Amino acid sequence: MTDQVVDHPPPKGGKARWLTGGRLFWLILLAITWAASTWSFALYKALDARWIVRFPKAYQIPVDDWLSDFTKWLVEDLSFGWFTFRDITRFIASLIEAPYDLVRSLLLDGFAQGQGQQAVEIVPALSWIAIIFVFVALAKYARGWKLAALVGTCFAYLAIFGQWASAMVTLASVLIAVPIGAIGGLLLGIAAYRSVRVERLMRPVLDLMQTVPVFAYLVPILVLFGFGPVAALIATVIYAMPPMVRNTTVALQSVPEQLIEAGKMMGCKRRQLMWKVMVPAALPSIMVGVNQVIMLTLNMVIIASMIGAGGLGYDVLTSLRRLDIGGGVEAGFAIVVMAIALDRLSQAFAERQLRPQPDKSLPLPKRYPWVTATIVVVVCATLASLFIPFFRVYPIEQALTTGTIWESTIAWININFFDAIDAVKTFLLTWLLLPVKQFFGGIPWPVGIVVTGLAAGRAGGWRLGLLAAAMMTFIAATGLWNKAMITIYLTSVAVLLASVIGIPLGIWAGQNARANSVIGAIIDTLQTLPSFVYLIPVIMLFRVGDFSALIAIVLYALAPAVRYAAHGIRSIDPELIEVGKVAGCTNWQLLRRIKLPLAAPSLLLGLNQTIMLALSMLVITALVGTRDLGQEVYIALTKANVGKGIVAGLGVAFLAIIADRVVNALARQSRERLGLE
Amino acid sequence: MTTSKLTAAGLALALSTAGAFADVESSDPIKLTTHDWTGQIITTTLMGEVLKKAGYNVEYVQADYIAQFAGLKTGDLHVAMEIWETTGKEAMDEAIGTGNVVSAGPTGMKAIEEWWYPAYMEERCPGLPDWEALNACASEFATAETAPMGRYLGGPVTWGGFDEERIEALEMDFEVVHAGTDAALFAELEAAYQRQDPIVLWIYSPHWAPSKYKGSFVEFPAYSAECYADASVGINPDAAYDCGKPRGEIFKVAWSGVADKWPGASGAINDFHITSDEMGAMVGAVDLDGKTVDAVVAEWMASNESTWQGWIN
Repeated sequence: MTDQVVDHPPPKGGKARWLTGGRLFWLILLAITWAASTWSFALYKALDARWIVRFPKAYQIPVDDWLSDFTKWLVEDLSFGWFTFRDITRFIASLIEAPYDLVRSLLLDGFAQGQGQQAVEIVPALSWIAIIFVFVALAKYARGWKLAALVGTCFAYLAIFGQWASAMVTLASVLIAVPIGAIGGLLLGIAAYRSVRVERLMRPVLDLMQTVPVFAYLVPILVLFGFGPVAALIATVIYAMPPMVRNTTVALQSVPEQLIEAGKMMGCKRRQLMWKVMVPAALPSIMVGVNQVIMLTLNMVIIASMIGAGGLGYDVLTSLRRLDIGGGVEAGFAIVVMAIALDRLSQAFAERQLRPQPDKSLPLPKRYPWVTATIVVVVCATLASLFIPFFRVYPIEQALTTGTIWESTIAWININFFDAIDAVKTFLLTWLLLPVKQFFGGIPWPVGIVVTGLAAGRAGGWRLGLLAAAMMTFIAATGLWNKAMITIYLTSVAVLLASVIGIPLGIWAGQNARANSVIGAIIDTLQTLPSFVYLIPVIMLFRVGDFSALIAIVLYALAPAVRYAAHGIRSIDPELIEVGKVAGCTNWQLLRRIKLPLAAPSLLLGLNQTIMLALSMLVITALVGTRDLGQEVYIALTKANVGKGIVAGLGVAFLAIIADRVVNALARQSRERLGLE
Repeated sequence: MTTSKLTAAGLALALSTAGAFADVESSDPIKLTTHDWTGQIITTTLMGEVLKKAGYNVEYVQADYIAQFAGLKTGDLHVAMEIWETTGKEAMDEAIGTGNVVSAGPTGMKAIEEWWYPAYMEERCPGLPDWEALNACASEFATAETAPMGRYLGGPVTWGGFDEERIEALEMDFEVVHAGTDAALFAELEAAYQRQDPIVLWIYSPHWAPSKYKGSFVEFPAYSAECYADASVGINPDAAYDCGKPRGEIFKVAWSGVADKWPGASGAINDFHITSDEMGAMVGAVDLDGKTVDAVVAEWMASNESTWQGWIN
């Protein structure tokens, strides 16, 4: 592998060859699209052919009505004799509700008998001190004192900043949603690994689960599973599970053949082979999936709170609705610290080394000192909470708060720097946003379909080309073409900016350990901090409009651009860099001639993820007031129009799928060029 | 958090006064929906606390404003305390049409929704609050995106309101920019107010904003149903919507089963009545003075005992 790369230095005078090669195709395609976009309106006027710019209404396919009718039938009429479809979903809901109620009672509410005002508490909830201690002990057990200190600080923040009650509501949902997502994902992943047919069937379903905005299917979920935390939990699991399935399948596929052979030789049965050999061997990669489930679950906290999950997400929403930025930031950071604590804890458990069995001759308390200590603290603190209020809830009077610091900072920036900010905004609007908007907005739908098909076909073969063209036809035929073009415009500008900012940061982080730790922390925060928290200050400084939406998208979609760039730089074979140094390359040459080309596949994967995240932010930007597919989904939600919501959601999903397939195909090509595959 | 706090408060109450309840028709909890704006939470809490005094079990369920109708139809949810005629009429009429949801009458609060400007604009645009004076100084409100037109910040598209049509019909030099949520709406107002910059936007009442910021609603030609329906009515003979927005009632609705299962509670819900001014004061106490909803509701109940006793007797 090494030799191949060194054997292919960038050829001198490559420019001429570059032009005559494959890239000419892209240039011509771009030129055609540009011409079509610029003159489409004139053409429509000249030929009096309105169908060029607008898909004819008479031919629109009423998929949304069909879907609405289907859902209505599913929810109201479908019956299997003794029971209806809704009875089944309600039964599932009660299965999930029972453990959720249990965990919630344990963490916050306590156990009571009777209803409402007649309820009498039998067993109190765990004291907050006990809960903190349990998590600290878990961290110590999984890794050591350093992690214990981190986890302890995170949970202490929740108590000291007065977020405890809401945080426990959120934690209860997380503690139910994550195991369901992780175990369900593991089983589905195994099924996909065992049968190619299952995998082929599952792949598009997973794509849709990940890319159709949650708002699109919220109403049917509410009707089928009832109002309240369970519906929110189910929506969360649907959104958070796909990476677990994917990671499991990939992890199992990469278990070394020798290991499986060895297992077979030992006489393992199929089930034993899977659970005793393959799953343990693949565990580190599988745990990456679990980590994703945790992160995505916490990402859903805000949306889940819109449909009755309560907790921290609800606090963020209500604070910001009354422009209490400080309150929003504090609740938002509570979500961040919880994500950090749970993430590090799960990683530590995944990487934990096996330890020697404790000496069996010791008495139990001495054999397991931590377990014993935890039990003692939990029991004592919880008993104490019966008599001393301090142990029950952290006294709200002593809670810290950042008060009005955030409001006054924003006000200060607003008053002193608004003109400068406005000038920058106007500049970017005139020279970047509006031209791109005009370009995409002008593309007539027939040209758009053909061009997308050709581009996708060129990148990934004729099948992908046909698929892409079919998906774009769906978008046009359901009357969503214009909104889809606005979506593409916003997403592409956001992805461009995120790459321009993120890739250099990632390269820096990849070469410098100290930069890495600072940038890593910022990126983690940006990804778990609910975007609603910074959306309101952004609107105050940049007003309602595309620009504010753009900033929110860029901030959120920055993470993968940075991460994958850093990863790409870091995973370059150090020998190659040595070779470059020996050959007398300067640092700049090293970067441009060796590191960047070798990191290209990684950069492309980062681009892929950036696009996905940008598209998933559309629903949030609808809250600012953009006129894209995200808004279409949001309107459908507020009008409880199921069909319209799902169709617009599918539109978003199709754009995501096309982008994903094309970029992946390009990444594969670039890996092949580099001889990495 | 509010819900859990309320449950906790209910629990504390239960422990202290257990056994002191009148006989009620059913001890199953009555589920009242709460949404994400303070006024509605206050209205709902007020109703819930009164029902508790009457001995009913009450549960607060957080639900989306429009999505809740699905639950009200099936009986998953029981009572929604604020359906604004101005924004929720369509969904409400549809739900009542199915026969599974019934109206519990108006709350007594009057919804106002209209164009609004901060008081400092009066100097720059003499003649306000008249709409013609506003139009004469439209260029004051222009921004880079809308110039030469003035920029009017409208509510979320889903609120309707016919502002594009109004601008067209009254031949105003304004362009509508829609905020996505009302949080976005008030964030812009706050920022403009800090800078004392020109702004004209959609404000509704009862809400804390009209009490926090000094300003007034623009006066358009008065609304009438004919003005919306009939182009020939109004100052523009060729266009409808050449007048202001309607002011509407805020209704309560309930699942149709409530009256059978908890007849007493159903009566109390029907009798519930509060004025816009009372509500405005309570919303301000929560959102501007930082009091808790529970404290504000308890205060109101202490000083208006005869009022709410009348609902439950």
